[in-house]
Amino acid sequence: MSDDVVLDVRNLRTRFGPRLGGLVAVDGVSFALRRGRTTALVGESGSGKSATALSVLGLIDPPGEVVGGEVLYRGRDLRHADEREIRRVRGARIGIVFQDPLSSLNPALPIGSQIAETILAHEAIGRAEAMARAVRLLERVGVADAPRRAADYPHHFSGGMRQRVLIAAAIACRPEIIIADEPTTALDVTVQAKILRLLYDLQQEMAASMLLITHDLGVVAAMADDVLVMYAGQVVEQADVDTLFHQPRHPYTRALLACMMGVEDDRAVPLTPIAGSPPDLRDPPPGCRFAPRCPAAEAACSAWAPVALRLTDNHVIACRRATEALVDG
Amino acid sequence: MADALLAVEGLGKRFHARGLGWRRRSVQAVADASFTLRRGETLGLVGESGCGKSTLARLVLNLIAPDSGRVMLEGKDFLGAARGQQRRLRRRIQIVFQDALSSLNPRMTVGVNIAEPLRLQGIGGPTEHRQAAAELLALVGLRPDDEENYPHEFSGGQCQRIAIARALVLKPDIVVFDEAVSALDVSIRAQILRLILDLQQRLRLSYIFISHDLGVVRRVSDRIAVMYLGRIVEIGPADDVCRAPLHPYTRALLSAIPIADPRRMRVRDLGLTEGEAASALTPPTGCSFHDRCPDRMPRCAVERPELAGVAFGHAAACFLHARM
Repeated sequence: MSDDVVLDVRNLRTRFGPRLGGLVAVDGVSFALRRGRTTALVGESGSGKSATALSVLGLIDPPGEVVGGEVLYRGRDLRHADEREIRRVRGARIGIVFQDPLSSLNPALPIGSQIAETILAHEAIGRAEAMARAVRLLERVGVADAPRRAADYPHHFSGGMRQRVLIAAAIACRPEIIIADEPTTALDVTVQAKILRLLYDLQQEMAASMLLITHDLGVVAAMADDVLVMYAGQVVEQADVDTLFHQPRHPYTRALLACMMGVEDDRAVPLTPIAGSPPDLRDPPPGCRFAPRCPAAEAACSAWAPVALRLTDNHVIACRRATEALVDG
Repeated sequence: MADALLAVEGLGKRFHARGLGWRRRSVQAVADASFTLRRGETLGLVGESGCGKSTLARLVLNLIAPDSGRVMLEGKDFLGAARGQQRRLRRRIQIVFQDALSSLNPRMTVGVNIAEPLRLQGIGGPTEHRQAAAELLALVGLRPDDEENYPHEFSGGQCQRIAIARALVLKPDIVVFDEAVSALDVSIRAQILRLILDLQQRLRLSYIFISHDLGVVRRVSDRIAVMYLGRIVEIGPADDVCRAPLHPYTRALLSAIPIADPRRMRVRDLGLTEGEAASALTPPTGCSFHDRCPDRMPRCAVERPELAGVAFGHAAACFLHARM
């Protein structure tokens, strides 16, 4: 493990409770967050990307639970840390930004106080000092007239502004890691651009690592240094961002890129959808989970699960066919 | 325009917000919207939340009564038509919504859902309805015997196929898609778009395709109209609007969209537009975009630019392009 690894997740496995079918939502996911770098977790709904983030944070709703693997932060496995220790890390060393700021913020508390609460929960400083810092944080994230607006409630803000408030809370204790789960999905594209830029600037300022969860490959291309592509609870391909977009090896990654609709492609560009739909994880298919939809699949793909193969230092794929193609030539 | 299947002329709608006394306010949701649609053509309608694109669709379909303007369907006034004629004209223009599952009746089988418009219009009997539903299910890529099942038994993509089948049961000329693929995952979205394009070719349909996603809109549209705060600010051939946008808002929108290629665009290259869209309750004077516009001139705060032709078939509402 190199020195610049801030968070090392190994073979993570998470099972949801019976109400959600007792399915294994995260199935053997491994990755490392490196200092100052952004790792994107990309996939469609139900691929397990949010469940992975919640597992890392110890926020899986019981009776669902993380049933296997390690979450190593500073040499400590957070899975075996007690609740007090987790709380010290979560929200302070690891800042969190969720998709829906309205449900992450307390509607009955002025936003300045909410940010101050976060600080007070983690640091032994006075209330006035915490409030002053909250106002400075609001200024930093671009809330105009911050001293006055700190007294406003969440519903007084637009969607984009609420997301800024949430980001202010996430960075309040200068985290080493920012976990952002679909931070711009609910936002208009002109607002999204500004929020992405803000997240990027803050990450650079603090030299923090970021785990960015998104379904949008455009956002991945703009933000990520490293990318993990998830399908049906598993990582199918992992690479640096340039390799992933220019030399993808896994048929699912390739198909996903082919489905992208950029503003540069007009009507003449044929649509090449992926047939079928993702599997029901209560009853996953045997072998490779993408095999039933994969244009390159053969009988063996459905018989045995593919073994992850490390092609280079920073490129891992889990696909028999892609591996064969490389061996053959 | 002689060959226009649909001509929308000066549609406007103001909603009155509930409030107390002097606080009673109103919103100009759509103002002076005009466009045409030719047979077999797709017009994309794009804009951010609250720009009025969905309201405009509902006005065109007469689901909401406009305050002003008219909708001409092959030269006949759709909104002003007598009851009987309007009922017949209504068959020719149908809509598919974003949330397919909630637009279908959960207590009716899929077959009954699809045939419901026939029943409401008093066309045919149970046998014909069943047959029509079975044929349409096959047409949208589902199994004819799926008609016995209920909507909740289907995935989001399949429900959208069912909603499309229902929209086609009256053999319309025009289908309006209102964010019809926005809730779908990338791989399913491509399937549904492909279906929508295939159906257009097979049935010679004309589409109004509404979405906040300019990438999707470009992929399906011949022409694109861009809306901002209730008004069409630019309209033209899809390629021209995307490659050579005229209105500063269209440019802002395009520059903010990340391109899925890290060699060409990273986060620092994203265009950042000043401010946020004003509330429709208190729109700026003059041009609605002037408060955020990088090219604003003094007159923009005072006068409203009209939508005017700049190049062939390409119009914008902006003084930068106004003829002297």
